[in-house]
Amino acid sequence: MTALLQVAGLTTCFPMSQKNVPIVDALDFEVGRGEVLALVGESGSGKSMTALSLMRLVPKPGRITAGSVRLDGQELLDLSVRSMRSVRGSGVAMIFQEPMTSLNPVIRVGEQVVEAIRLHERVSRGAALDRCRELFEQVGIPDAAERVNAYPHQLSGGLKQRVMIAMALSARPRLLIADEPTTALDVTVQAQILRLLQELQEETGMSILLITHDLGIVNELADRVAVLYAGRIVETAPRTALFKTPKHPYTQGLLRSMPALAPSGERLPEIPGMVPSPSDWPLGCRFASRCARAMDQCSQSLPEFTDQGPRHTVACYAVSQADSQSGHGWAGGTPEGL
Amino acid sequence: MGAYVIRRLSYGAVVVFGVLFLLFILFFAVTSPDDIARKALGERVPPAVVEQWKVNHGYDKPLFPAPGHWADNMLVEHYRRMLTFDFGRSDADDTPILERIRKGMGPSLALTIPLFVLSVLVAIPLSLLVAFFRETYIDRAGVILAVLAMSVSVLLYIIGAQYLVGKVLHWFPISGFDSDPRVIVRFLALPIMIGVANGLGGDIRFYRTVFLEESNTDYVRTARAKGCGEIRIMSRHVFRNSLIPLLTRIVVAIPFLFTGSLLLESFFGIPGLGAITVDAIQGNDFSVLRTMVYIGSLLFVVGQILTDLSYALVDPRVRLE
Repeated sequence: MTALLQVAGLTTCFPMSQKNVPIVDALDFEVGRGEVLALVGESGSGKSMTALSLMRLVPKPGRITAGSVRLDGQELLDLSVRSMRSVRGSGVAMIFQEPMTSLNPVIRVGEQVVEAIRLHERVSRGAALDRCRELFEQVGIPDAAERVNAYPHQLSGGLKQRVMIAMALSARPRLLIADEPTTALDVTVQAQILRLLQELQEETGMSILLITHDLGIVNELADRVAVLYAGRIVETAPRTALFKTPKHPYTQGLLRSMPALAPSGERLPEIPGMVPSPSDWPLGCRFASRCARAMDQCSQSLPEFTDQGPRHTVACYAVSQADSQSGHGWAGGTPEGL
Repeated sequence: MGAYVIRRLSYGAVVVFGVLFLLFILFFAVTSPDDIARKALGERVPPAVVEQWKVNHGYDKPLFPAPGHWADNMLVEHYRRMLTFDFGRSDADDTPILERIRKGMGPSLALTIPLFVLSVLVAIPLSLLVAFFRETYIDRAGVILAVLAMSVSVLLYIIGAQYLVGKVLHWFPISGFDSDPRVIVRFLALPIMIGVANGLGGDIRFYRTVFLEESNTDYVRTARAKGCGEIRIMSRHVFRNSLIPLLTRIVVAIPFLFTGSLLLESFFGIPGLGAITVDAIQGNDFSVLRTMVYIGSLLFVVGQILTDLSYALVDPRVRLE
């Protein structure tokens, strides 16, 4: 069976100083049925833009310039605007980072979920409202029957995110894109929302594309991980492989700089330098200027992906060269250290 | 809400008291009753005539309170008359001011209400349209036309339309007024159209900005992500949130419909309050002018309170306490 979501060569450009800069650059990845894929990267690495590209909601003047996005074998980039609209919500649903501003402040939350239901299903308002109450109960909103009449400002951040999740589930999507779903929430609420997402995934069997910069969340929720750096994927691996044997120097640096994994009492190691801005992305590997293992080759051409184990691929010259000699050891922590 | 209105009214009272004080300084202290009398009578009249005029028009008291006349002076008298709506008579032609206001309000409202309603009904759909086609040539053309319309003086619209439609084409009378409902439209059509055209540019630019701002919000992105179409997003999500800034501009203008339009009324010979005000300025009619400024300040206070009340209607986050 093919994967639920197959993304190939996805490129999204923004015009910047007279030229089109690919903010999302030739991404290839898949999300299997019932799988949770985490897309990890720093701010500005193109995570959110990738998510918006999958929904075909890239804000102007940005534009998807190349690639293919297949959901259940159906090419989304070729769909008419109208068909794409029916895919949004029912094929692919999305929850956002900011529950505070993601709900319409002047419409009752129940009404907003009812709208989502009725956009995809021919049901009466009453039936939709009943279903909304069920959804509220399913996502753990206490006093669901009354809360449907609340306005967003009358709910806490955690409850608002639950409303967003209820809205996203309302048309029974096959894929849920969760763009930093817990970043804006309190730590205690974060754990609740993550657990909720996990339970819902198990109940419904939907796939989740989890977008985050937080490796702790990745470790809790993800089956597989794709690491994004400056608009390109640098490494893809199953979760345990990524935490145990990260290959790409950037992934290694990312893991080393996690407080939970670093040796205590020592200064937290950091990756020197800054993410280059999209307008001066180099010809070769975009991490080369910050990489301790960079070679001449790295700044001249882009490294191809090489297999590093089951479903584990890396785009790095240093790794593929070390392979042909002997294994380059990883001296970091393990996920158990989290 | 009752308590809120009372509190706002008491703030308003402070504003009105301040306005009245400024009016007193301008129309009694800076321009003394003697100046006003001489403007009305001419420079070369004997002092006795001036004194008699001052007695007749109630300008014969000392200006400020002082020992001996704490209560009996112009300042106290000014406040008493204004606050009790006892506006007295015109300095220029002795007609009772309240009577003139009563007569002028009808023609003013006949002009301003249709003008106001049409402006809103034309400008909002046009701005929604321009915002809907944001960043296309329709949007750009709309903005350029709006700026052009704003840049042309209203005087050019008036004179140009009077010449073209009135003098050359004879569609409508150049100016004049008749309150007979069968012919009133003939006299009002031209000033109303000019008023709408004149305000349209600024209105479209303002509303477009509001709509565009709302179009870029997170909840609009959420609506798109759940499968909303663009028309539904505009009419339901964007428009409802835009009502909050829109009302600020619209509701605050409603009370001023009573005071008419200074330019349109005087150019088209409509005997409304705007024309009365312009005549008062040109004829040195200080008592009428004082009254109109005072009424304007009252309406301003009412407009502000109405605007705040209207927020509570469209924005559930606003609680009037």
